Amino acid sequence: MFACIYIPNFSVAAALRAEPELQAHPVAILEGKPPLERVIAVNGKAGGLGIAPGMTKAQAELCPELALRLRSAVQESSSHSALLDCAQSFSPCVEDTASDTVLLNLAGMESLLGSPAEIARAIAERAVQLGLSANVAAAVNPDAALLAARGFSGVTVIPPGKESEKLGSLPVGVLFHDHAEDDKIETLDRWGIRNLRALAALPNVALSERLGQEGLRLQQLARGAVMRTLVPVEPPLVFEEAVELEHPVVLLEPLAFLLNRLLEQLCNRLASRALATQELRLTLELSNLTGVDDDFENIGIPSESDGGVDVQVASQIVSRRQTRFSRVLRLPLPMLDAKTFLKLLQLDLSANPPGAPIMKILLAAEPARPRSAQGGLFLPPSPEPEKLELTLARIAGMVGEQRVGALEILDTHHPEGFRMRRFVAEVARKTPQRKNPDAADASSAVTALRRLRPPLRANVTLENGQPTRVMCPRKKEVSGDVLWKAGPWRFSGDWWEREAWARDEWDLALRNGEAVSFYRLVHDLLGGGWFVEGMYD
Amino acid sequence: MSSAVVSTSAALGRRFIFDEPSEAEVCPLTGDKKPSGKQAAMASVFESTINHQKSKLPAASITPASRLEIRPAPEMAPSGVSAIDALTGGLPRGCLTEIFGPASSGRTSVLLAALAAATRRGEYCAVIDASDALDAQSTADAGVELDRLLWVRCGESSPHKNNSPLRHRDTEKDKNEENQGCPILVPRVLRDRVGTSPRSENSAIPRASEHRLEQVLRATDLLLESGGFSLIVLDLADIPLPAARRIPLTTWFRFRRAVENKSTILLAVEQQPIAGSCSTLLLQLGAIKPTTTQERKPSHSHLLTGLEITVELVRSRLERKPARSVTFETKTAWAG
Repeated sequence: MFACIYIPNFSVAAALRAEPELQAHPVAILEGKPPLERVIAVNGKAGGLGIAPGMTKAQAELCPELALRLRSAVQESSSHSALLDCAQSFSPCVEDTASDTVLLNLAGMESLLGSPAEIARAIAERAVQLGLSANVAAAVNPDAALLAARGFSGVTVIPPGKESEKLGSLPVGVLFHDHAEDDKIETLDRWGIRNLRALAALPNVALSERLGQEGLRLQQLARGAVMRTLVPVEPPLVFEEAVELEHPVVLLEPLAFLLNRLLEQLCNRLASRALATQELRLTLELSNLTGVDDDFENIGIPSESDGGVDVQVASQIVSRRQTRFSRVLRLPLPMLDAKTFLKLLQLDLSANPPGAPIMKILLAAEPARPRSAQGGLFLPPSPEPEKLELTLARIAGMVGEQRVGALEILDTHHPEGFRMRRFVAEVARKTPQRKNPDAADASSAVTALRRLRPPLRANVTLENGQPTRVMCPRKKEVSGDVLWKAGPWRFSGDWWEREAWARDEWDLALRNGEAVSFYRLVHDLLGGGWFVEGMYD
Repeated sequence: MSSAVVSTSAALGRRFIFDEPSEAEVCPLTGDKKPSGKQAAMASVFESTINHQKSKLPAASITPASRLEIRPAPEMAPSGVSAIDALTGGLPRGCLTEIFGPASSGRTSVLLAALAAATRRGEYCAVIDASDALDAQSTADAGVELDRLLWVRCGESSPHKNNSPLRHRDTEKDKNEENQGCPILVPRVLRDRVGTSPRSENSAIPRASEHRLEQVLRATDLLLESGGFSLIVLDLADIPLPAARRIPLTTWFRFRRAVENKSTILLAVEQQPIAGSCSTLLLQLGAIKPTTTQERKPSHSHLLTGLEITVELVRSRLERKPARSVTFETKTAWAG
């Protein structure tokens, strides 16, 4: 068995997929360069109001409730990709017949997915989930399924052997999807052949004498007797959704509304292919306002030079003319939650605003295998990755992107030899098994240093080259006579770099009134200053 | 009924508890003097109001105190210091524990020991560092598994305006609340050009001294809400006491409620106790003396090998025993 998915009125369907709120309104699609735009497609409601393809824009605008949309190649491409995703979620053998039509082979699927009728219904439901209203037909040969899908709305299943009977009522127009063959329709119409039953009943010889082999092929199609093999395609795993805006967006709330729609479409497409994503790329095309460059320079629009180490948001490209703004959201684990993605994008955009009105939104997802981890019954709890990402993004919005994460010790003797990296909580992370984890090293704690960031500059009184009194003007409590000292311990490093450092370290006990505290005092041998670097606590 | 039970009931949002259904209490009348007409009318109105309110309550919402569930004792997790475990039994899960002491009293050493013990058990931990004081090398030396530790370094000024959870005295109120719910993507000068209504800029900037605490409290709220962390540490050890005491008691109460019935240990490290009755365990630390090598030798041959720390159990809600203390030693990483 073969199935065909056909999207009637594809241009309108693509527009309605991008703007579902237009479902209840009359919609007409325009094409052409201004001022020569013409209506190329209308939905049923617009047809009821008298709007027809071929009208000029000015004629269509006479109908006040009509929603006019320019034909969008981006939206049609997204819809076609969604159509392919829908088909691929049911069968690996899919033929990309036309932008609005795909054929799929259902052989062997009955044991997995049920009868052809059930599969066809499931395909129609999946198409609705992906934002497309599709006609689905199943038949024993692909062309019969295709004609049935183009001719009958909803779900149609043609039992084997009933092709001619079932297709007979269809008009001959379904055989000619391309307008280039209108002359054949005209010829058949002159003969009084108006449906497929009449065409199928014509004598073969007489038909071939008049229309040649093409006539015989059309007759075979009308009888539902053409058997051919599909030309399967392997659609590339490209998940992109876009929306072009008629009016520029300048606030986050309406942008979030649009992003939510795109993310839901993307997540539905990924889910239909049993995939998740680990990277989201948001590209905003901005309105090119001339003469505002000076303003942009003073409003803190992030530039490439501002970018620090790659953490969550990896790249940000803002051209000088402010025409394109890109953000890349990298996730530690594959996820598939539109709400989480939306919140992360919102947080990111509020921290890094694009700086100009937005005219077009393009959102792409890099597919990844969904994570498969099973938490152990006796494992300690760990944060949920989606929740944790949101939490970290919110905290990063408060304290800064580079100030939240996990520690990583660097292979250096530098006193601040560490860097921050992304914190990832994996449920299935292997933990070193110990017989009694609490008994290990529990007998003694390590004397910890509390760092003062930045180090406190100190006035140090020396006696025989050794500190005897320390005064910190910025922090009075870090002052006093030196009761006890150990040092100096000399360290140096990175002499081959511009940031060379050399220092003497002292461990001191300072008496400040009644209290005695222990500090690390540092003498910068290159800069010449004294600093209190931290406190032993 | 103890005060603790009352506060918990209030936190739970339960209705007040009545031992038995009782009529509204009316002021007793003395002598033969009968109430005047006005008093009698007020009493009858009051009585009818009470009866009306009681009739609206479902019967199941009134629970006698004798039938209240006894809260089970919290599970105790090892603190990483055997002396503290011997003193308190460990750190209680689902509770707030306060550790306080002056500078160089061993607070950070205990904190790192607790983190090391928790990460060794395979648990995830978070440190909300109000002063950005955590030393990476000390953390690694203490045996903390760094992959399991989330470090939030507060202190850097944020580009975003936040509503302060602190008790403000003189901060300016945000004049443009509209922008809070709908952040702006485009600078004002451009919004005016594209026809959007202009909005006033946000000018309220929290004071620097309060900013860190705001970040700490917000980050704590977020992490508690996120869940999954077995140990969350609020490092307020370098926050000046007057500033730390401006954290409202309701905030601590909220934190305590957030960890209640969970396996999270909420640990606050401070100079003085500031959470009041919200903390289940209150430990005071103090350093007795440093452990060093001989002092008669020249200074370059001296070595700080550790600190001798005394821990005093100031208060515990888990057991009512008199305050007592223990002493333990910490070792520096180079002491071997």
